[in-house]
Amino acid sequence: MSLALVRLDDRLIHGQVVVGWGQPLNIEFIILVDDEVRDSAWEQDLYRMGVPSSIEVVFASVEEARRRIPDWETDPRIGILLAGDIDTMTALVAGGNVPRVNIGGIHHRAGRSERLRYVYLTDEEAAKLRQLASDGIVVTAQDVPTARAVPIGEFL
Amino acid sequence: MSDLLRGVVVSHAQLADALIAAVHSISGVDGALQAVSNEGCDPAALAARIEEAIGTGPAVLFVDLPGGSCLTSAIRFARGRANLAVVTGVNLAMLLDFVFHRDLSLADAAQRAVEAGAKAIRSPAPAT
Repeated sequence: MSLALVRLDDRLIHGQVVVGWGQPLNIEFIILVDDEVRDSAWEQDLYRMGVPSSIEVVFASVEEARRRIPDWETDPRIGILLAGDIDTMTALVAGGNVPRVNIGGIHHRAGRSERLRYVYLTDEEAAKLRQLASDGIVVTAQDVPTARAVPIGEFL
Repeated sequence: MSDLLRGVVVSHAQLADALIAAVHSISGVDGALQAVSNEGCDPAALAARIEEAIGTGPAVLFVDLPGGSCLTSAIRFARGRANLAVVTGVNLAMLLDFVFHRDLSLADAAQRAVEAGAKAIRSPAPAT
């Protein structure tokens, strides 16, 4: 299996992903799934900054990602797939082929309350994540690899 | 004083606060720099913190890493705003130089900061 991590993280590509996970996993590609970023060369340049040239960055729409996940899963390289919001992740999971979801960071904004130090959710968002888990997806929260993967049942 | 540039240091965790405290203790200059941490922020919340720190005046945004959430928020925020410049890889030497050269144009201050920061990175030969 070559997607080592399917991660929900509102910062998308950032230090925890490139360094925190990227170094120990020795990743060679990152898939960023976001319909808006997919259509913006400027946003793509922004996310490419800070990613070493040895790591390929692929920008995909939700539809493209659903189609291509099986290819990425059989890629001989190790990669990380990122989605920045719960709806994008839910749409990806609905396409099948995503058995586990890592919650890496959903940060504070108005209306959300703290569930973990790096996970803030509205009640509606919490319900969507619980639904993923009841659909049989393994959902855990873990910001960096040295932290414990916290099962969703412990904080929702 | 209102013509002088301000610096906003955008960092992970408490790095910006610590850098600014060090600048103050070395230079005695106060009020030139403002700290912003990305701690606990989603991109919108971080942009709001940056906006609040900048105020109205021209400012240089000093960012810790050349990629990542602090940089993407800073660049997104500075886009289309002529009174903001972004410099990455902030270090103490860069900020110490900046606080004494805040009367420069924005572009010159940013270039000067890049040079001052880079000059500080050396590997002095150990004593034999």
